[in-house]
Amino acid sequence: MRFIDEFRDRALAAKLAAAIADEAAPGREYRLMEFCGGHTHAIFRYGVQDLMPESVRFIHGPGCPVCVLPTARIDQAIAMAEQHGVILCTYADLMRVPASDRRSLLKAKAVGADIRMVYSTLDALSIARANPERQVIFFAIGFETTTPPTAVAMKQAEAEGLENFSVFCNHVLTPPALRAILDSAEPDAVCIDGILGPSHVSTVIGAKPYGFVPADYYKPLVIAGFEPLDVMQSTLMLIRQINAGRCEVENQYTRAVTEFGNRKAQALMKTSFERRDTFEWRGLGLLPDSALRIADAYAYLDAEVRFPVAPGESREVKGCECPAVLRGILEPTDCKLFGAVCTPDNPMGSCMVSSEGACAAYWSYGRFRRSA
Amino acid sequence: MQDKDRRFPLRLDIRQGAVDMSHGSGGRAMTQLIAELFQHHLDNELLRQGNDQALFTPPPGRLVMSTDGHVISPLFFPGGDIGCLSVHGTVNDVAMAGARPLYLSAGFILEEGFPLADLARIVESMARAAVEAGVTVVTGDTKVVERGKADGVFITTTGVGVVPEDIDISGDLAEPGDIIMVNGTLGDHGVAVMSKRENLGFETEIRSDTASLNDLVADMVDAVPDIHCLRDPTRGGLATTLNELARQSGVGMRIRETDIPVREEVSAACELLGLDPLYVANEGKLIAICPAGQAHDLLQVMRANPKGRDAAIIGEVVEDPHQFVQMETSFGGQRVVDWLAGEQLPRIC
Repeated sequence: MRFIDEFRDRALAAKLAAAIADEAAPGREYRLMEFCGGHTHAIFRYGVQDLMPESVRFIHGPGCPVCVLPTARIDQAIAMAEQHGVILCTYADLMRVPASDRRSLLKAKAVGADIRMVYSTLDALSIARANPERQVIFFAIGFETTTPPTAVAMKQAEAEGLENFSVFCNHVLTPPALRAILDSAEPDAVCIDGILGPSHVSTVIGAKPYGFVPADYYKPLVIAGFEPLDVMQSTLMLIRQINAGRCEVENQYTRAVTEFGNRKAQALMKTSFERRDTFEWRGLGLLPDSALRIADAYAYLDAEVRFPVAPGESREVKGCECPAVLRGILEPTDCKLFGAVCTPDNPMGSCMVSSEGACAAYWSYGRFRRSA
Repeated sequence: MQDKDRRFPLRLDIRQGAVDMSHGSGGRAMTQLIAELFQHHLDNELLRQGNDQALFTPPPGRLVMSTDGHVISPLFFPGGDIGCLSVHGTVNDVAMAGARPLYLSAGFILEEGFPLADLARIVESMARAAVEAGVTVVTGDTKVVERGKADGVFITTTGVGVVPEDIDISGDLAEPGDIIMVNGTLGDHGVAVMSKRENLGFETEIRSDTASLNDLVADMVDAVPDIHCLRDPTRGGLATTLNELARQSGVGMRIRETDIPVREEVSAACELLGLDPLYVANEGKLIAICPAGQAHDLLQVMRANPKGRDAAIIGEVVEDPHQFVQMETSFGGQRVVDWLAGEQLPRIC
């Protein structure tokens, strides 16, 4: 495949691996957090860890939108579908995320809720057009990457006068999550030497918003693409910064990311959404200014306004260490549930659901290392 | 057909008509549907007898039997339809024991309102597939359910076949040192169906690989009677089937990503949909595991058959108490190739 295979080239990988082994200083450890689930997936899918010297350790960050969504929001979506009889449209990887009481969207669908899997916001709009007598809610999740498409759908619904379409907005912002990780003052907080910065998110927001990472926390950050060679090259760039005592924002993913990002998408987000005062992240807790809600001008498209549900008591599974895994404090294998009762077939926590989740990636691709 | 024409003065309106509840009632309408549509296309001596069962004397040897329900959406997809698929699926399941498939039964569940023209297309396609595979559909059943209670048509086929003497092929016979091979490119069927389902327009149309493999298996078994395992990697794809075989045989497997044949357009589609071709369904593919000494011969025989033209050796069986299927990635690393968990779901970003 053109434009894909070039970034998975084995010979180039071997060269980069040799350069990393050569430049990684003996006797020290490089603890690098890959922020995004896309990076985690690439590291495991291609066996990137095998090409690294012992001293380079990847710590899996919270950048998996499915993994950081708290149980309460899934519970709320199920309640909307069940109590209001709407058609709830969702991206596929949310379907199996555990909700309270061992439920999930998939299980709610099985017992009668009208929940449909869509590939894009446009599919949700089509469903709304095809079912004028039904209310259709789009379950919007994701970081800045998936936010502009939601805004486009809202504009489109407005232009068409689609009165039966609304959005359950769960969009979250990357920089506040990064800050929360770096602020973590717990005694067992993970020590991070450098960060592989978001890839697709940065195509939208640009490189500039990460300036606080070196300025306030003295950590280097390299914006890294999702292909395995991107991850390796970014790793080398981080090692060079660390060795030289530099800390800067560098951009490895120059083929897609610019300093200021996609201004059109940013403008669209600005008119469609407003920041929530606070929002709960699984694993990181309540973070101020970290999520978006639908702007007042579009309140009629806001499913939370139109389809209120009584707040239930959301319960996480006891013993699930997803929160600590998402903060990089524990490895998936440190969790008692991992592999015992929690597997991709029967996920107890969200990190075991999405293939971008650290636990699922460990289980599916990397567990032979443990038993080797 | 003359007798039947006399029994039903008004012919079944196959062009404009639709299935209704009376077609499953056991009465005259059902008899007419069977005669003018099913028997007409699937015609053979045993079916013509019109009994509720088929009576035959099996040839000498051990019998194998397999059953498979088919519930695909869309019913018609590039490269095939539910009709030929329902023949191929069961013929292949029977053939994977090294058997020669002989007879099929077919059970239809039809949804009220289903166009008779579509049903006729499906049954014609079944008939063609049966002729190609050298099997006959000797007994069948038709039920109709109310509109909304099925998805057009569901077909369950059961197959019977006979295994030649001295052939012993089973999922629990893989041994460390054995060689693992496939007969061609992986993921074609699943991607063909998915691209149709999701309305994805690709420049090159990807066609399902749906096909009967009994002739290929016959060639293989003739040349190398000592094949240890054969299995068709349908749902769950290559990855899941290798895991099944590893568990049954109590062994591990090591495969090499660079040796696994995948069409360029299939990997591109998988890239776009966030899927892994190793987990995508196939309907005209088989995995063969044989002793290392005979791998070369077997590969040559497979490649000589059009259905094995792209056959390749993809790895070997190893000792491993954990029964892991491991893969050397094209990138040079290692990873576990796990069972498919739930459904393969596209990733969000």
